[in-house]
Amino acid sequence: MRDTEKTYRFEDQRDTIYKVDPEHPETATLPLQRTEELLLNMGPQHPSTHGVLKVILELEGERLVKSTPVMGYLHRGVEKLAEEGTYHQFIPHTDRLDYVCAMYNNFAYCRAVEKLMNITVPDRAEYLRTIVAEVQRIIGHQFWLGTQALDIGAMTVFFYTFRDREILLDWFDELCGARLTTSWYRIGGVERDLSPSLIAKLRAFLDYFPPKIDEYQVFLEKNRIWLARTKGVAVISAEDALSFGLSGPTLRGSGVDYDLRKYEAYAAYPKCDFNVPVGKNGDTYDRYWIRVMELYESVKIIKQCLDQMQEGPIMASVPSVTLPPKDRVFTNLDSMIQQFKLFSQGFDAPPGEIYCGTEAHKGELGFYIVSTGGGKPYRMKIRSPSFIHMGAFDHMSRGYMIADAVTIFGTYDIVMGECDR
Amino acid sequence: MHPLVERIKREFVDGFVDAVEWRGDLAVTVRRETVHAIAEFLRRDPEVDCDYMVHVSSVDWPDDEERFEVVWEVASIRRRHRIRLKTRVPESDCQVDSLTDVWHGANFMEREVYDMMGIRFRNHPDLRRILMPDDYTEGYPLRKDFPLQGKGWRDTFEFLNEKA
Repeated sequence: MRDTEKTYRFEDQRDTIYKVDPEHPETATLPLQRTEELLLNMGPQHPSTHGVLKVILELEGERLVKSTPVMGYLHRGVEKLAEEGTYHQFIPHTDRLDYVCAMYNNFAYCRAVEKLMNITVPDRAEYLRTIVAEVQRIIGHQFWLGTQALDIGAMTVFFYTFRDREILLDWFDELCGARLTTSWYRIGGVERDLSPSLIAKLRAFLDYFPPKIDEYQVFLEKNRIWLARTKGVAVISAEDALSFGLSGPTLRGSGVDYDLRKYEAYAAYPKCDFNVPVGKNGDTYDRYWIRVMELYESVKIIKQCLDQMQEGPIMASVPSVTLPPKDRVFTNLDSMIQQFKLFSQGFDAPPGEIYCGTEAHKGELGFYIVSTGGGKPYRMKIRSPSFIHMGAFDHMSRGYMIADAVTIFGTYDIVMGECDR
Repeated sequence: MHPLVERIKREFVDGFVDAVEWRGDLAVTVRRETVHAIAEFLRRDPEVDCDYMVHVSSVDWPDDEERFEVVWEVASIRRRHRIRLKTRVPESDCQVDSLTDVWHGANFMEREVYDMMGIRFRNHPDLRRILMPDDYTEGYPLRKDFPLQGKGWRDTFEFLNEKA
């Protein structure tokens, strides 16, 4: 039974319970039972909110009646900052959006600027980009699997996924000198090539990794707690998911076969043979299954790219836009001047507007850039999947238990840096 | 001309303003009064079938007569096309119809536009600030007349104005 009256003081309540109607004194012996909704603040400091996020939960007993996310604790005005810097200068800012998977942000941003400038990236650079993006996808899904299981109560998986994630982070460290804030992609190509040692290490990892994915699943596939807390939780229909703008595994869990890697066929993806796993029930378990299957697919994609990749340039040669090779910057005066001018003044972008979405491991990460000419973007809008997924939180959480709120955060793979920008 | 643009032009003679196709992106500018009707058309018409909300954004053009531009981008997964619906909003009457009843996702994205640019959405179920604090009174950060370093609060830090 729901009471429409929302707030009353303790005294009022006592009055109601013990009020005696003079004409019917017998009712005094039956204390009236009253129910009211309970408001509960979850966060901003809560270990399972993956950053600083507050959600106001309205509860009826232990059921969620309504939940209102309160965001913006990590808002840094990245879109405003973008208007003040040149296109090249913005790449390190994108690292700080989704700080768990910086490579994807670099990739999405560089692709958007390349679409604006109409630049074609050389073949080898496309392969390198695909390889590193898929390595980042593995890292992202490992991170997600570990933390989601930890939130739900299965602690062991966390240690196993983070053990393997560490190998890849060290690989990133050797590749670009940073483990998380990588800034490795450049407009028109990539910053440096894979060394033979990096390729050998990656090949060794690809042989090592698939049995480890089976190992992760051993902990979860038959774990009754995991199944009880993920199956049938946070169900969303395909139509609603699309209408909310969900993307990535969160959308594919509902049975919509929408993956930009197939849909737009960018980078080296059209040359690789891989499947896009699609769920059926639209619940948390299906989204978990999709992410685990994507780990196998990523391994497949990286292997094919390593086999197909030919020698060649790693940066498009458009001197007015792309950076000169690093060794020439140090030895050749013209190249140094070019590098300096590109970073301080930027290149002259044509007036116009573009939107370019890239399939990150969370979903469609898109950049909408409005240019009025000149070296700086006039307006840059970042379509971050985490923010848009939070829009569906209320819809997906209604009617579930309060403990499921944690599962539902987790199922989006939410990172607040990207959500609040 | 793109077949979608032809459809819109035919169905909404007085609502259609302009259409641009650049770098493979289709952008259609329409009049403010007809935004909701055109959105309904894009969503419900079986040949257009735009079921996927991509993003809602806004651009500030301070020198123009109608200062703000609101942008909704929607896509059709089945038909494989994407369309950017744009409309202009003057500063004096800074509001436009909300499309939350057409696409659910517009709820949060329009709130962000309101928060950042100060454009009000009619019939929006919950039009509050979303990224900035609820009691933030210094204006709308993404407007072009809002300084990069912010205004107001920062000047109250005495150590910033101290002379060394």
